Amino acid sequence: MQNISIQVKDLQKSYKKLNVLKGVNFTVDQGSIFALLGSNGAGKTTIIKILTTLLKQDGGTAIVNGFDVASKPYHVRQSLSLTGQFAAVDEILTGRENLIMIAQLRHLKHPRQVADELLTRFGLTDAANRRVSTYSGGMRRRLDLAMSLVGTPPILFLDEPTTGLDPEARIEMWKVVKELADGGRTIFLTTQYLEEAEQLADRIAILHEGKIIASGTLLELKKLFPPAQVEYVEKQPTLEEIFLAIIGKKEAH
Amino acid sequence: METIQKHFFSDMSVMLGRSMRHIFRSMDTIITVTIMPIMFMLLFVYVFGGAIQTGTANYVNYLLPGILLIAIASGISYTAFRLFTDVQRGIIERFRSMPIAPSTMLWGHVLTSLVSNAISVVVIILVALIMGFRSSAGIVSWLAVAGILALFTLALTWVAVIPGLTAKSIDGATAFSYPLIFLPFISSAFVPTRTMPLVVRVFAENQPVTAIVETIRALLSGQPVSQEIWVALAWCVGILIVAYIFAMRAYQKRV
Repeated sequence: MQNISIQVKDLQKSYKKLNVLKGVNFTVDQGSIFALLGSNGAGKTTIIKILTTLLKQDGGTAIVNGFDVASKPYHVRQSLSLTGQFAAVDEILTGRENLIMIAQLRHLKHPRQVADELLTRFGLTDAANRRVSTYSGGMRRRLDLAMSLVGTPPILFLDEPTTGLDPEARIEMWKVVKELADGGRTIFLTTQYLEEAEQLADRIAILHEGKIIASGTLLELKKLFPPAQVEYVEKQPTLEEIFLAIIGKKEAH
Repeated sequence: METIQKHFFSDMSVMLGRSMRHIFRSMDTIITVTIMPIMFMLLFVYVFGGAIQTGTANYVNYLLPGILLIAIASGISYTAFRLFTDVQRGIIERFRSMPIAPSTMLWGHVLTSLVSNAISVVVIILVALIMGFRSSAGIVSWLAVAGILALFTLALTWVAVIPGLTAKSIDGATAFSYPLIFLPFISSAFVPTRTMPLVVRVFAENQPVTAIVETIRALLSGQPVSQEIWVALAWCVGILIVAYIFAMRAYQKRV
């Protein structure tokens, strides 16, 4: 039997009169990528906040890495790292300083070495000593993710990791997420892009009006619908493909 | 829980290092916080000072305590500013989801405020010395002055934490400090209260700045301190406790 990283049972939360979560259930296997899909305001971020101990639930239980989020928040925090919707980086510090700071707060033995390794891995070595305020959106996201990997926590929470990224940076982010999962880490991500869930996730859960209305592998979800019919459709390149092709050509020159 | 406590001070020093870097990398912060009080001091000593009758021979000596309080009152608005930025950028959520004591981040900002205000106070005293400030105070009196100023800074910093966490805009986060900067003008900081109209005078004599200014002035001039020192301490501790409670409450809510 595979180990379970996250187990959520009958999770409930309301903000004043607004009932956001009405009994959410799901489990996430260790080492898998789990995508929580839902429209804006469906409660995805609320679930992430409860699982990362930033918010207390009104009812139900959530177990992360074997620890109850309500009674063992400190142990839960040791097991995870959170990458929020907006790059949570310090703009006035340099990229290297950001990483060293997190390494120090995680009480690692060699903060500088850890920082340098991550800078290399995320292609930020050249920009390491520049202030983050001079970074592009994609670089900030990479640094943000690198900061989440400091101290190798077993579970990563990514809240809409590609929102606001250009297509190139998005594909790059997907690549990194896949690599991380191949390394045995559990990844919990939220997204409003169907394609993203399709590309990345081992299991997908759809959150709608406070409940999980469907969950399973992509294949299982597809079975919920009538069998595919064969149709002949002229395949036009999407704008994304055109964009990437042109960019690719430019770089080849 | 043991581990949190074990690392509390090292975590806090990381936070302190972070915001001190912020200060040293934004020269405008340093300039505003020290230059503005120094300009006030020059203005009052060399323009208005000749016409002000304080009953003391050296007007710089009379003025300095009030100038120091103005410097601190404007300095703490930057704590609100830095905290507000942290909340907006989401870095506060990263810290809160890490295995460190939840209050580490706030204490880091508060400690930064103490250190940076101490620096500007020292700079202003050095300028005052050039302008003719002289003190007959001994080491104990100087320590007492440092203690009162530190307590005043601490109290106002916790006040600043509240708008820093709750404000909706950057203007809202820093605007609260304007009345605080203005408060020394309606006190005995610049002129003795005895010439003020009754209503203003009652206000001036019973607001915290007068008690603090009078105490520091007595300490610096080597005179015996009156019971004003207890009034001053009571104000500082009172503001500190109330502000701390509200700030912590705002922090619990802010996630």
